[in-house]
Amino acid sequence: MTLTDTLQTSLKTVISYRMRSLLIILAMALGVAAVVMLTALGNGARNYVINQFSSIGTNLLVVLPGRAETSGSFLGAVLGQTPRDLTLKDAQLIGRLPQVRRYAPLNVGAAELSAANRLREVTVLGSTAHLIPIRHMKLAQGSFLAHGTERAAHIVLGAKIAREFFPHSQAIGQRVRLGGNRFLVSGVLASQGESMGFNTDEIVIIPIDYAQALFNTTSLFRILIEANSHSDIEPTKQAILETLRQSHEGENDTTVITQDAVLSTFDRILHALTLAVAGIAAISLIVAGILVMNVMLVAVTQRTAEIGLLKAIGATSMDIRKLFFAEALWLSLVGALLGFLLGQFGSLLLRLAYPQLPAWAPGWASFAGVGVALITGILASLFPAAKAARLNAVQALSKK
Amino acid sequence: MGDQAVYALNDVDLYIPSGEYVSIMGPSGSGKSTLLNIIGLLDKPDSGTYELDGRLITDWSDIEQAQIRREKIGFVFQSFHLIPRLTAAENIELPLILSGVPVAQRQSRVNNALQAFELSARAHHRPAELSGGQRQRVAIARATIMQPSVILADEPTGNLDHQIGAEVMALLENLHHGGTTLIVVTHDRELGARAHRQIGMRDGRILTDHSNDAH
Ligand SMILES: Nc1ncnc2c1ncn2[C@@H]1O[C@H](COP(=O)(O)OP(=O)(O)OP(=O)(O)O)[C@@H](O)[C@H]1O
Ligand SMILES: [Mg+2]
Repeated sequence: MTLTDTLQTSLKTVISYRMRSLLIILAMALGVAAVVMLTALGNGARNYVINQFSSIGTNLLVVLPGRAETSGSFLGAVLGQTPRDLTLKDAQLIGRLPQVRRYAPLNVGAAELSAANRLREVTVLGSTAHLIPIRHMKLAQGSFLAHGTERAAHIVLGAKIAREFFPHSQAIGQRVRLGGNRFLVSGVLASQGESMGFNTDEIVIIPIDYAQALFNTTSLFRILIEANSHSDIEPTKQAILETLRQSHEGENDTTVITQDAVLSTFDRILHALTLAVAGIAAISLIVAGILVMNVMLVAVTQRTAEIGLLKAIGATSMDIRKLFFAEALWLSLVGALLGFLLGQFGSLLLRLAYPQLPAWAPGWASFAGVGVALITGILASLFPAAKAARLNAVQALSKK
Repeated sequence: MGDQAVYALNDVDLYIPSGEYVSIMGPSGSGKSTLLNIIGLLDKPDSGTYELDGRLITDWSDIEQAQIRREKIGFVFQSFHLIPRLTAAENIELPLILSGVPVAQRQSRVNNALQAFELSARAHHRPAELSGGQRQRVAIARATIMQPSVILADEPTGNLDHQIGAEVMALLENLHHGGTTLIVVTHDRELGARAHRQIGMRDGRILTDHSNDAH
């Protein structure tokens, strides 16, 4: 019996047992579709987080005071030491490192903003002009501490604040009061909405010196650094730690977080999550495989007389085995392909429903889903096929 | 007593020349089907030998025996044994598929067989839509499509009324006239008497072996 004939004959059989075949194919298809769609969802979530996190800067490093390791801070606490503050001088030292493209010292606090008979509390960032490009913020209008005005009492308003305070007039050039000091509005941020839980539409930015005076502090909250290139991130981190250790009399009392490291942590976690979800979905494929086995076993029993007849007219045991095997292969193959299409269609619906979630199934998942479906289907058919091939022809023929 | 061995066949020594027309008769359980199954390579004797075309078959592998069944032997059964989901034409085509005959040849050979057995009008009907006689004609067409040298028929008229049974027997005898060896198991004395050689069995043994020289 030729391969083509085997495939054709078994396909005919699959088609003639229409209801049975449809149910099996559906079970297979749902399993594969679950793998494809759930991994698309996991992958979408992963890309969403990564996009969000990437949008806050490029090759970003953040210096914060204190050691992240518990042992260090514990020892510090025991010895009665508090970590040294980060200062503007530290920031300037870091700025001189060759790997650093630009840096921005940062103070954050809250203060009352008043102008045009309005008053509200706002989040205040104190920094330098570099903050805007480092944090990937955009100015809709004006500038912030442009060349020649580095020490001026200028303020940049978030888009929403500007709209609230100056709904009918140009915000730029207006005078506002922030915690008792007068500032000139020099720029308005472009509306960006929330990213990573931080809404830049409702902040104001003032020069670092004014912020430190406002909050009555000499220490910095953070130093933001942009490295020259991606490959410079790790050397920059080491250089910063070394610089700060020297500046802090040999104490390792600062922490440097790289955007890259945080990103790859997120990436790993979400990738593992996607894998786990795919694994759970794959269980439904195993169930579908068991269903295939059951259906094929029933088929062997139902068609015992037919198997005897085939043997009587000259089919070899191998022919019989191949026929049943091919039948299961068709069921699995059609089920897997249908499931793949269903999964892709489902992912498309997900993307349409949640445009910000890039729910594309990763290639490996579609491949693995279809592959596992085929393999379980094939494995599940081996036993029934062997059982059919082993039947005694005379006994099989006598069965009605 | 329950363990007493039952011999489906015992001490059988039989030679059937090529082209002969043999009927096997005997009471139920006398071993007729068992003998036919051994001749048709569906069953193996626990002891003894069997030669077909002068070759000792008993020791052949299953694959070789399957090939002999495909090419040299045609089976006709009392209960037709047609595959219910296949049409008449598809049932007749099965042995050709098993032998790997190319599609183009299959088509014309099946059409010829359908014509020869007056089944052309029923070619695309399933067995359930055919009469008993038509079903057995499909089965005979299937048994002869490979032009076997031996036709083995186990009570081919057992499920048919007298007249239809006679028509079916005539078809089989026609094949014999064409040179095919024909071995028919039957309960019907009248039908059995039409064979040139009549074998009577009882308790697994051949009791009578009578040749009719009139033909
Ligand atoms: N699978 C089997 N296992 C054990 N004994 C069997 C088996 N098949 C048949 N027999 C026995 O072998 C003997 C011959 O059976 P066989 O089927 O050849 O009889 P038969 O002459 O064809 O009868 P019938 O006219 O009823 O078809 C019987 O005694 C039967 O019980
Ligand atoms: Mg019998």
